[in-house]
Amino acid sequence: MKSTLDHAALAEEFNKDEERVDWHDGALWWIRQKRDRSAHQTPQWEELREAASAIKSNVISNLHDYLIQFEENLKKNGVKVYWASDAEEHNQIVYSILKAKEIKQMVKSKSMLTEECHLNEFLEERGIEVINSDLGEYIQQIDNEPPSHIVLPCIHKRKEEIGELFHEHLGTEKGLSDPTLLTRVARKHLRNVFLTRRAALTGVNFAVAETGEYVVCTNEGNADMGAHLSEVQIASMGLEKIIPERKHLGVFLRLLARSAIGQPITIYSSHYKKPRPGQEMHLILVDKGRSNLLARPDFRESLKCIKCGGCMNTCPVYRKSGGLSYHNTISGPIGAILAPNLDMKQHADLPFASTLCGSCSNVCPVKIPIHDQLYKWRQEIVKQGYSASRKTFSMKAMALTLSSPEIYKTAGKTGRWLLNNAPFAINNKFNPWYKQRDMPDSSQQSFGEWYAKNGSKK
Amino acid sequence: MNIGLFIPCYVNQLYPNAAIATLELLQKFGADVTYPAKQTCCGQPMANSGYEHLTQSCNDLFVENFSKFDYIVAPSASCVLHVKDHLHSHADEAAATEIRGKIYELVEFLTDVLKIEKLDAHFPHKVGIHQSCHGLRGLHLAQMSELIAPDFSKPRHLLNMVSGLELTELDRVDECCGFGGLFCIAEEAVSVKMGKDRITDHTKHGAEYITSPDLSCLMHMEGILQRNKSKVKIIHIAEILNSSSIKA
Repeated sequence: MKSTLDHAALAEEFNKDEERVDWHDGALWWIRQKRDRSAHQTPQWEELREAASAIKSNVISNLHDYLIQFEENLKKNGVKVYWASDAEEHNQIVYSILKAKEIKQMVKSKSMLTEECHLNEFLEERGIEVINSDLGEYIQQIDNEPPSHIVLPCIHKRKEEIGELFHEHLGTEKGLSDPTLLTRVARKHLRNVFLTRRAALTGVNFAVAETGEYVVCTNEGNADMGAHLSEVQIASMGLEKIIPERKHLGVFLRLLARSAIGQPITIYSSHYKKPRPGQEMHLILVDKGRSNLLARPDFRESLKCIKCGGCMNTCPVYRKSGGLSYHNTISGPIGAILAPNLDMKQHADLPFASTLCGSCSNVCPVKIPIHDQLYKWRQEIVKQGYSASRKTFSMKAMALTLSSPEIYKTAGKTGRWLLNNAPFAINNKFNPWYKQRDMPDSSQQSFGEWYAKNGSKK
Repeated sequence: MNIGLFIPCYVNQLYPNAAIATLELLQKFGADVTYPAKQTCCGQPMANSGYEHLTQSCNDLFVENFSKFDYIVAPSASCVLHVKDHLHSHADEAAATEIRGKIYELVEFLTDVLKIEKLDAHFPHKVGIHQSCHGLRGLHLAQMSELIAPDFSKPRHLLNMVSGLELTELDRVDECCGFGGLFCIAEEAVSVKMGKDRITDHTKHGAEYITSPDLSCLMHMEGILQRNKSKVKIIHIAEILNSSSIKA
């Protein structure tokens, strides 16, 4: 599943089927438009974004205190609390909880964090079967492919392809691609999963420090069904999911689904607080690079993210390259600023997979300056030496040329002369510009030359 | 009013007519315009590639060339935004700070400083506006489609003063064209696809010309248009606003 190709190469692959790119781009643009419409129908939308951003600033600044408060309240409510510094620790904790109860099968929902931690693989190696119950995640799991979008995990797949998968794995009739019928098949299959699983794991959208409750937002009700039927309920959450008080929830619930898919609110916003009699509840607080991010002043605002996926839907690069070309669990603009914090070398290409157009920052419900952070990550990546030496060489040559008016004039003249007299030196297959674009006309004198002759007459 | 004309490197080399139109336009409104001959580039190509630390001599040169003017005006939103956001100088930070506050992109200079309400320009064509992202989301030359805020557009305001000109619509009013500086080379496939899609949006609404306050976007789209033998042309907004003096 892991690819050694970078974003540009994977995006080029994706672009070989232009009709598919158009379809993918159109599907996500449609969601961006739905987001626009619902934002327009919400009074004080911009004030809400401002409030959400401010609440999250407060959380980031006082994270330690809120986490301790949250932990105390969880314990008071009878929930077992664990702290995990990385994926390995997190996975071990989940495993030990399941092992203690001799549980061999678990149902999971709404958790990008466990995708990041590769929990499924970890548990499967230890003989525990995990089923993702969110329909999109379920489809991706059947196909043994990571999600391409944090809210719409299989948005890159067409219904016919899903039909084919279901035919292969669930025995549906060949050629069946009607979404309603396919959903019914998946539902029937999952219903049995819910009824037979003793353990359910969910992610967390918002954790309320004041009360020790956590909120999970879904449209399918699958998180609830798993949790309600389980005897062991586990929640995994990143440290940044905290909000101070229950009253703050209203701000985020109004923003989340609207920003994600243009829906006023998710169908289910389920609050979990105490175990039922006879049930165990466990909550794992996971760092996995978050405290490291907190220590980077230029980048810590990315901890505000509420994982709505709005930046992906609006990003033209995402829409035209597909989520899988980001080779990271979290793709798109937000993935491109989160991933380098985890592994700068492996993700050195991602902050460059952007034109810095800034649309992501404008849709972000918590006002993360995503495009500014992309710019800053580029500086950081070069500084740490993760840029190709070829690129560094040409940048140094460019800097030299542009810092000297004389060399610059000569270079400009030479470039234009070449284009006019020896175009083959520039218009060739080694020039990525020329592959699908003509070079600009260079037959005229430069403005500088014109001005030297005519400027004084003006 | 003493104006330093900043003509970005690629405009100087490849689009002299846009630069001449900018100069003439400012002079029409009585400005005293000087083009400092020793200017080169704002340093953005290096900075956006992660090499901001290599731009110091570019910055120093910029400060040297432009600190003496009341205003600095350039026909390129992207370069202006770069200077506004990133111009610093070890030698003279006070001068750099002052420049960051007095540099203007041409459209905003005409609208906000000269407060132009009337233009003697004629351009009898169907024209689509390409909002450069840096002009739009960086310099706020128009309202951004993502925000819930009152609509305005400085380029549209100026183009509405041009006689004979008909503005064409777009399905996606402010989507990026995919130029993105070195992005257009490093991410060639996505860059070209984005450019093609922007062009299609303009052509299907009947545009004969695509105009913008940023030539870098236009240069990229022009490359695609010409490769596909399209009749649609690109033109910098200064050339339209100054069009009465262009011999048709």
